[in-house]
Amino acid sequence: MADGMFIQVEVDESVRGDAELAQKLADACPVDIFENAGGRVEIVPANLDECVLCELCIHAAPPGAVRVRKLYSGEVLQSAD
Amino acid sequence: MRLFEYESRQILEREGIPVTKAGVARTPEEAERIAREIAGPVVLKSQVLTGGRMKAGGVKFADTPEEARAHAEHILGLEINGHMPRGVLVGHKAPIAKELYAGVIYDGTRKLPTFVFSDMGGIDIEEVAETHPDHIGRGHFSTILPQMDFRAKDVIASVGITGGDLNKLTPILSKLARLFVKYDMTLAEINPLAQLEDGSFVAVDAHMDMENEARGRHKALLAELGVGDEETREAREPTPFEIEGERIDSVDHRGVAGNVTEFDGNLGLVIGAGGGSLTLFDAVRKYGGRPANYCEIGGNPSVSKACNLTKLVLQKPGVDKIAVMMSIVSNTRVDIVARGVIKACTELGYDPAEKIAIFRIPGAWEDEGFKILERYGVEYCDRSVSMHEAARRAVEKIGGQAAAQTPAAGAEEGTSGAATEVTQP
Repeated sequence: MADGMFIQVEVDESVRGDAELAQKLADACPVDIFENAGGRVEIVPANLDECVLCELCIHAAPPGAVRVRKLYSGEVLQSAD
Repeated sequence: MRLFEYESRQILEREGIPVTKAGVARTPEEAERIAREIAGPVVLKSQVLTGGRMKAGGVKFADTPEEARAHAEHILGLEINGHMPRGVLVGHKAPIAKELYAGVIYDGTRKLPTFVFSDMGGIDIEEVAETHPDHIGRGHFSTILPQMDFRAKDVIASVGITGGDLNKLTPILSKLARLFVKYDMTLAEINPLAQLEDGSFVAVDAHMDMENEARGRHKALLAELGVGDEETREAREPTPFEIEGERIDSVDHRGVAGNVTEFDGNLGLVIGAGGGSLTLFDAVRKYGGRPANYCEIGGNPSVSKACNLTKLVLQKPGVDKIAVMMSIVSNTRVDIVARGVIKACTELGYDPAEKIAIFRIPGAWEDEGFKILERYGVEYCDRSVSMHEAARRAVEKIGGQAAAQTPAAGAEEGTSGAATEVTQP
């Protein structure tokens, strides 16, 4: 879990070590919030507030594995499945 | 981007418009050599990007090369309105029988270039327009269709010029119009356009401004003229505040935070969108506000770009509050700008609700933006509040003169955020 001022992104610990997912998330995010750190999903805190709420990360990950929380309203974006 | 007189003359020559024989000198010795080559009486003119040369002593006449050298020495060391000369133009003092004016300007209202011609040259064309409007001919022309000489001819004929003179002047005005379009000028004028004693016409002085954004398209011309990439060619040198604004814009390709210009007021402006900046700046002034800056933000800037620009404005000495205002945005996200400006406030240790006088950006993702603003207690308004009314509220909040010029109560009342407690008088 990592916090920006406005956006918090949570990635389930169970998928953090998935190298394929790490690359997928790094490729999908238009504002570079995710990094493939040697096959592990890492979050770049400095980019969290740049999140454009596109939900591409949510759809790239297994259902429920990535959650985007809007800290200013408490809403959580996650896969419906 | 302003061009020096000697550069404007080079462009005229390049495009086939006759100019008086001249050269530009950087030293008194060079001036003497050019005067010797001209072999006749010369005029020496300081090359500065400001007016008032004659009054300041930056224009002198010389009958001999030695006299030219002495005048050049004086002119080259003479500061005019804070500008040191780039050089001194040494030109043939032509035997002038009559002075006229030929110009092309851009009509922002019609969105078309316009010929301007007068048979009264050598003085400010604005003065002629005021005192002798019947001596000025005007006519729009297309930037898309080929330039037709008859349009120039019509304009010249409208001030009563006929016969051979009309035929000689038409190609000059027509060529001026062509170069105006070709080189993306915002102004191209010859003043005076002189009729010599032999009846011919020749450009004696020229002034041109090129659209700043077009510099990239005219690299070859600018290189030929010796204009460096680093030369801003503005009326004054950019301030450190403005240089930092440019840096913030250039380090992040996302969106625009450009044309940051410093003023000495107390209300910082984060403004933009589709001409909104100019409207909002004028509106702030109309209501007695004193802007600390001008800027143009848009094109979907990143949070960090909006944040850094806001920090720059907030840190400017004398800034009490900022107003974040735009026209209705479609390609800029309200929530992203809201994040940027709030982040700037908090990172500098300010309460956004206190520092942001008003946030008026309606448009894309506004509901999300309004949620953020509500969370931080920032006064905001939607599109039902006009840009002028938003500016008025900002000025009122900072203690300007807005109250004295308040529009009729309820005339522009619109939806405001939860934190809004603006009382309509």
